[in-house]
Amino acid sequence: MAPKVPQRQTVFKVVRPALRCWKAALAASLSMAIAGCSQQAWNNPYRAGEAAGPIFYGSFAERPKHLDPARSYSSNEWSFISQVYEPPLQYHYLRRPYTLVPQTATSMPEVRYYAADSSLLGADAAADAVAYTDYVLSIRPGIRYQPHPALARKADGGFHYWPLQEETLDKVSALGDFEHNGSRELVADDYLYQIKRLAFAPNHSPVASLMAEHIQGFADFMQRTKVAHEALEKVDGRKPWLDLRAFDMHGIERIDRYRYRIRINRKYPQFIYWLAMNFFAPMPWEAERFYRQAGLNEKNINLHWYPIGTGPYMLTENNPNLRMVLVRNPNFRGEAYPLDGAETDRSAGLLEDAGKTMPFIQRAVYSLEKEAIPRWNKFLQGYYDNSGIGSDSFDQAVQFGGGGEASLTPTMVERGIRLTTAVETTIFYTGFNMRDQVVGGDSERARLLRQAIAIATDYEEYISIFRNGRGQAAQGPLPPGIFGHRDGEAGINPVTHVWHKGVARRRGVDAARALLAKAGYPDGRDPATGGPLILNYDTPRAGPDSKAMLQWYRKQLAKLGIELVIRATDYNRFQDKMLKGTAQIFSWGWNADYPDPENFLFLLYGPNGKVESKGENAANFNNAEFDALFLDMKDMDNGPERQKVIDRMIEILRVESPWLFGFFPKAFSLHHDWYRNAKPHLMAKNTLKYLRVDGNARVVAQQAWNRAVLWPLMLVLLLLMISVIPAVRGFRTRERSHAL
Amino acid sequence: MSAYIIRRLLHAIPILIGVNALTFVLFFVVNSPDDMARMHLGGKRVTDQAIEAWKEDHGYDKPLLINRESSGVAALTDTILFEKSIRLFLFDFGQSDGGRDISEDISQRMWPSLAIAVPTLLVGLAINITFALTLAFFRASYLDFWGVVVCVAMMSISSLFYIIGGQYLVGKLLHLVPISGYDTGLHAWKFMILPVIVGVIGGIGAGTRWYRTLFLEEIHRDYVRSARAKGLSEHWVLFRHVLRNALIPILTGVVVLLPTLFMGSLLVESFFGIPGLGSYTIDAISNQDFAIVRAMVFLGAVLYIVGLLLTDISYTVADPRVRLD
Repeated sequence: MAPKVPQRQTVFKVVRPALRCWKAALAASLSMAIAGCSQQAWNNPYRAGEAAGPIFYGSFAERPKHLDPARSYSSNEWSFISQVYEPPLQYHYLRRPYTLVPQTATSMPEVRYYAADSSLLGADAAADAVAYTDYVLSIRPGIRYQPHPALARKADGGFHYWPLQEETLDKVSALGDFEHNGSRELVADDYLYQIKRLAFAPNHSPVASLMAEHIQGFADFMQRTKVAHEALEKVDGRKPWLDLRAFDMHGIERIDRYRYRIRINRKYPQFIYWLAMNFFAPMPWEAERFYRQAGLNEKNINLHWYPIGTGPYMLTENNPNLRMVLVRNPNFRGEAYPLDGAETDRSAGLLEDAGKTMPFIQRAVYSLEKEAIPRWNKFLQGYYDNSGIGSDSFDQAVQFGGGGEASLTPTMVERGIRLTTAVETTIFYTGFNMRDQVVGGDSERARLLRQAIAIATDYEEYISIFRNGRGQAAQGPLPPGIFGHRDGEAGINPVTHVWHKGVARRRGVDAARALLAKAGYPDGRDPATGGPLILNYDTPRAGPDSKAMLQWYRKQLAKLGIELVIRATDYNRFQDKMLKGTAQIFSWGWNADYPDPENFLFLLYGPNGKVESKGENAANFNNAEFDALFLDMKDMDNGPERQKVIDRMIEILRVESPWLFGFFPKAFSLHHDWYRNAKPHLMAKNTLKYLRVDGNARVVAQQAWNRAVLWPLMLVLLLLMISVIPAVRGFRTRERSHAL
Repeated sequence: MSAYIIRRLLHAIPILIGVNALTFVLFFVVNSPDDMARMHLGGKRVTDQAIEAWKEDHGYDKPLLINRESSGVAALTDTILFEKSIRLFLFDFGQSDGGRDISEDISQRMWPSLAIAVPTLLVGLAINITFALTLAFFRASYLDFWGVVVCVAMMSISSLFYIIGGQYLVGKLLHLVPISGYDTGLHAWKFMILPVIVGVIGGIGAGTRWYRTLFLEEIHRDYVRSARAKGLSEHWVLFRHVLRNALIPILTGVVVLLPTLFMGSLLVESFFGIPGLGSYTIDAISNQDFAIVRAMVFLGAVLYIVGLLLTDISYTVADPRVRLD
């Protein structure tokens, strides 16, 4: 036994310093925690001291897939890249209807129309006379790119990271790990380079085929660069860099360092809207060459994830699974807040910052919140500056007055929360497949059947039940705010509605039944079978969440005695049915690319038929008069003439009823009192620069709303301690008890 | 033992080939390469040319299983199945169909998953064993009866309830920790507390009941009766003999889980905003990203095989009578 004593002592000696360290670490952690907690609420998800600054805190629900401006085409991606990239034009933040203004351009583009013999035509030239159109753009000198390693140069003028050394590659795992950054001036060539990128097949730009129809030389460039790229791929391995500067595109031309020209076929007035989209933002060729270097893509360092732009912000953290962080671009030139706006903007305080230099926010932190419940609760705790309203929390946030006007509940008002609403430039409609034998075609029978269904399908009820009143029943395909839309009595669909005491009222079911009888289906009976007329509704919504809505559709047609069969399937099969034209009735939606009626009415233009040309005309509607009017309308300037044509087109649609016009969704958005200059803008996404945050007010509110409540914790601990007493007593009793 | 391990590893090869083939067939029964292209190119202005170009660029322009235009071995190798599978067996997962490097994504996302899963497992194990031993100690008493009732009640409640209830109570009402979110490094601790508590509480019902059953099975064995007969106290019997002998089934359940811990939990990570691997596969299925789906299914199968192998090895550690021959 004797030798064991020193062994024990040795062990004890080893353990004691460890224990001391552990205790010291615990004490340090506790003191750090207490120090931290004294400055901010315990449940604050951000690091101490951040919230007082001009930082915006927001969330996103769906991770972006592509941040390359040639590829990105969804609103959740544009919310980020529109703060970084700067197309030559942008939408005015406050003016309504939506108006384009210069962004990096010095002025609006100079538009010149030419005849087939290259003679210059007047600004009011008829579309038929125009063979091609030139857009001449001038950009402001002195605009600089954000700091970026692709532009970092050594003292001798060479690039720091071209070619990339292996030892440098080993040290980096994100773009921020590069030691050197550089910048350079924005030049016209950068805009031209980006247009070439749109045409470069490996970039898979979604607008490539559309631009090939318009920009001269685009299609030819696509073909030539594809061949060259394939040849290079064989030599250089996968995903090599092809220098697009070496290839000319006939339709684009550099005039001088700051001016360039785009030549498009014929007359296409909507082209100007494309110049406000990220597809036409500048791209420095050095960036693409940099990202194409071997090894970077394997570390997910590429143009899809690390944008490079001249805009007010740069993306410094891109972890779409956790957080995206935009920080003010130190090289941003500064831009003045708009001086004018809509009539109500001054009273709403939206012009208080007029003329001041933007951006006001220095940093924007967007956290991924996939679930609505935590997102909503964090907004109420003051940890997000703004929020949408989910169905679950709608009643908690919004109430409707007697006149149907939406307002905030007293709880929200008490917290200083503000509500903004806007009818979106989006339409959700139900379409008939016009190639279908029963509901489609040009016959009077089918037309009356569609009209009867249009009357019976009560979209006012749908909006009330399924969207908490957040929508406006559509009387035609054009949403409010788009030229051609008419309000009031002049705007109602006389097939489905009547104007009664100042409001549009849906016609009664009797009117629908009468039309149905006239169509040859009295009481909804199919004369061929003697039974109820059976129609099919094709939908990709197969989940339990959609059951009530699908039942609602059945109920609408059941009013007429028609039996609606729900053919729910997965999205792939649904797409397949639409492409083959085997669906009968379906629902679809469209979100405007730009605020022009052409962008909605082309959804019903015959040559865009889904089956024949894989276009966006999902109903496969084909009407000679409508198509002819569309061709006229799309090239016209907004004015009484264009309105007249649009009125006639909509009249045709109402009579033919290829769509049940459905509804225009209404966006409800909440924001806290410390979040200023918020005005919904449904076309522009580059709105972060206009916003202002009062960080001090936010900190005060966060601390007041989030004081830790400790007594339940103490109570639980006390209960646990008390419960130990009978447990110990029971344990002792058991230990002392005998087996028998 | 080496021979046994090598034999098991060789058995794994046909299993992995089968898993890979099955994944391939199931995925392409539901999705065609055209569907995948449409999904990746977005809903607007997708033309046939764009679809063809996408397929070509991502290697989906070939026949799925057999290339009838090729002859000999090429009929099998010049196919999507072969080209997409062969590199998997070298653990080269390549790029996702969305363009991200899969290995890089996994290596980034596994750490937050582990940060939640490991403490949840360890704390849960400690608590469940403690509760189970307590119930076994007080067996056939009111405490045991009501303990089992509470366990059954806790098992019957959906894990979603624990998550939402925990967020509501601890994060929203008491304001003790953030409702959701995550941070890097040492700043992550305050985001881990609630998911770990919820994970542990959610597992108490099932875990305690399972371990209690194991302990009760051991408690009635002859060696326990002998231990009592020679005068050992009840707690000594439980800790020294019962716990030790009940370790084998506990080990079976735990060791098999260890390699798969980093795969994360879909619900916990979604609700608490943990940037882990929990939703990686589900998101990939929704986005029709075959590259990620096959990589994750393959990796899951490998880890499960490794887990089973580790379990076998752990038997020999826990029970010297077990020999792997």
